[in-house]
Amino acid sequence: MDFSLTKEQQMIKEMVRDFAEKEIAPYAAKWDEEAHFPLHVFRKMGELGLLGLPFPEEYGGAGGDTISYAIAVEEIGRACGGTGLSYAAAVSLGASPIYYFGTEEQKQTWLVPMAKGETLGAFGLTEPNAGSDAGGTRTTAVLDGDEYVINGEKCWITNAQYARQVIVTAVTGKDARGKNIITALIVPTDSLGFTIRSNYDKMGVRASNTCELVFENVRVPKENVLGDPQKGFNQFLYTLDGGRISIAALAVGIAQAAFEKALQYAKERIQFGQPISKFQAIQFKLADMAMEIELARNMVYKAAWLKDQGKSFTKEASFAKLFASEMGFRVCNQAIQIHGGYGYMKEYGVERHLRDIKLMEIGEGTSEIQRLVIARQLGC
Amino acid sequence: MNIFVLMKRTFDTEEKISIANGKINEEGAEFIINPYDEYAIEEAIQVRDQHGGEVTVVTVGNEEAEKELRTALAMGCDKAVLINIDDDVEEQDQHTVAKVLAEYLKDKNPDLILAGNVAIDGGSGQVGPRVAELLGIPYVTTITKLEIADGGKVTVVRDVEGDEEIIETSLPLLVTAQQGLNEPRYPSLPGIMKAKKKPLDELELDDLDLDEDDVEAKTKTIEVFLPPKREAGKILQGELADQVKELVHLLRSEAKVV
Repeated sequence: MDFSLTKEQQMIKEMVRDFAEKEIAPYAAKWDEEAHFPLHVFRKMGELGLLGLPFPEEYGGAGGDTISYAIAVEEIGRACGGTGLSYAAAVSLGASPIYYFGTEEQKQTWLVPMAKGETLGAFGLTEPNAGSDAGGTRTTAVLDGDEYVINGEKCWITNAQYARQVIVTAVTGKDARGKNIITALIVPTDSLGFTIRSNYDKMGVRASNTCELVFENVRVPKENVLGDPQKGFNQFLYTLDGGRISIAALAVGIAQAAFEKALQYAKERIQFGQPISKFQAIQFKLADMAMEIELARNMVYKAAWLKDQGKSFTKEASFAKLFASEMGFRVCNQAIQIHGGYGYMKEYGVERHLRDIKLMEIGEGTSEIQRLVIARQLGC
Repeated sequence: MNIFVLMKRTFDTEEKISIANGKINEEGAEFIINPYDEYAIEEAIQVRDQHGGEVTVVTVGNEEAEKELRTALAMGCDKAVLINIDDDVEEQDQHTVAKVLAEYLKDKNPDLILAGNVAIDGGSGQVGPRVAELLGIPYVTTITKLEIADGGKVTVVRDVEGDEEIIETSLPLLVTAQQGLNEPRYPSLPGIMKAKKKPLDELELDDLDLDEDDVEAKTKTIEVFLPPKREAGKILQGELADQVKELVHLLRSEAKVV
């Protein structure tokens, strides 16, 4: 057993941290304020190979492992939660399903430009009436000759406005037990009848682009089916397992940023004649924060390692996502508490972390769904 | 073009320096490529991309420096050389490092050697010029611009305390990089992954036909200490003439600077 990062992982960590500190962190407050999606940063991340990090070289990627990818998400998230979310969604949800389930031709057409950072992709699963109950999807796709005709609605879809294509889940029939058969389809965003709107006013992760999708008789060739047309449901479960590792890593990054600000502030803030970091009341908070962050990071690395080893990682990915997002909320909350009244002011930049981290307990499977996944893995 | 970069692994600029047993404590510290050497690496890569050839990055250090060499390879250098003399030479100084580097370079026929203007730790700025002297080639320090014409004529802009000096010279040449020379690139991910396949040679003193005596430090460290803690300032009060008197008195008796 070896807990140290490899030289490549260390170099990736340094490079991404350096990049994020210079190109992202100084602007994070402004992007949050203006709900601005920093497209130019994604171009630069693409040039550095970050958008293709975990994909093999033959598909335009860098051939990095999942641990390196988690490190990159953490470092970007440490600079800006919204940018981190859009990065994680671009790789884990936009590109990964095509890498996992796509045909060679689909990979060449859709994955390669994403891995090279030339295009972005999105993943459309959630609907107004199908959130945690993804099996209750109402969007339909009906085969008409050589084309599927899609009708329905999706909500809270990350990056869709800047995406070249969206992977959309739709009901294509019923199985023998009367349950919906869900199929994943690759839908180009310039398709006729496909409307993408971004008019949400979000609490946090505001630099991330979040969209509503409407399909009115959108036609795609049947070659655009991704993977097994009968197994769309299982495919997105697998996709979300991988996505959970990245959301956990993002929560660790946001918590780390909040913790660093709180530690620095505690050392500088003088009350009762000494820095508040000298008081046990504050020390105990900081000790708990540092401990919880490190525990979460270890769980992220373990889940990522299991995935890299080709072992089952469903339970561990849920452990990581559940623990990291809930500890992240505690850490960001305590970071504001340590700052007192100043922490409540936007100027000090810690309240943003609390608004950002809240999404980690909701997106890509709520905390409640994570507990269900874990319980199922335990055989309940 | 045969290009060499002299690189040093240094403390991270954000690292807090502490002293233990008369030495700077390296325990748990983060290390980086000396920032001025990063300019040298970037410039070397740009010169190679424009004129062709090969960039070799060289460092004198211990095996820990492999990470910084790999980072230079990830940025785009072609080869790396680690000269590890830690086991052979106990006391090292600028003379030691310059002698070792010159010995390594003397039969490599370098066209261009780039180094940082100073290392941010020791800050002597001596190694680059000393290497050039030992090799008997011209050198220009603190450069902010480098142009190499096809005929081998080199035009260099040099930073002289905020002013510019333009120098014409020729290859072979050693230059040391000043801030403003270029904007060092981030190592790309494909670059990082490829770096592990690029050649990284490790040499020791024996490989260079040098004895310990040849490279023994010529300087001696008497004491290592931190700058005194900054104390609160003093605001003088009263009549102006009295304040001046008080100030002169303090400068003489307390600060002992006049």
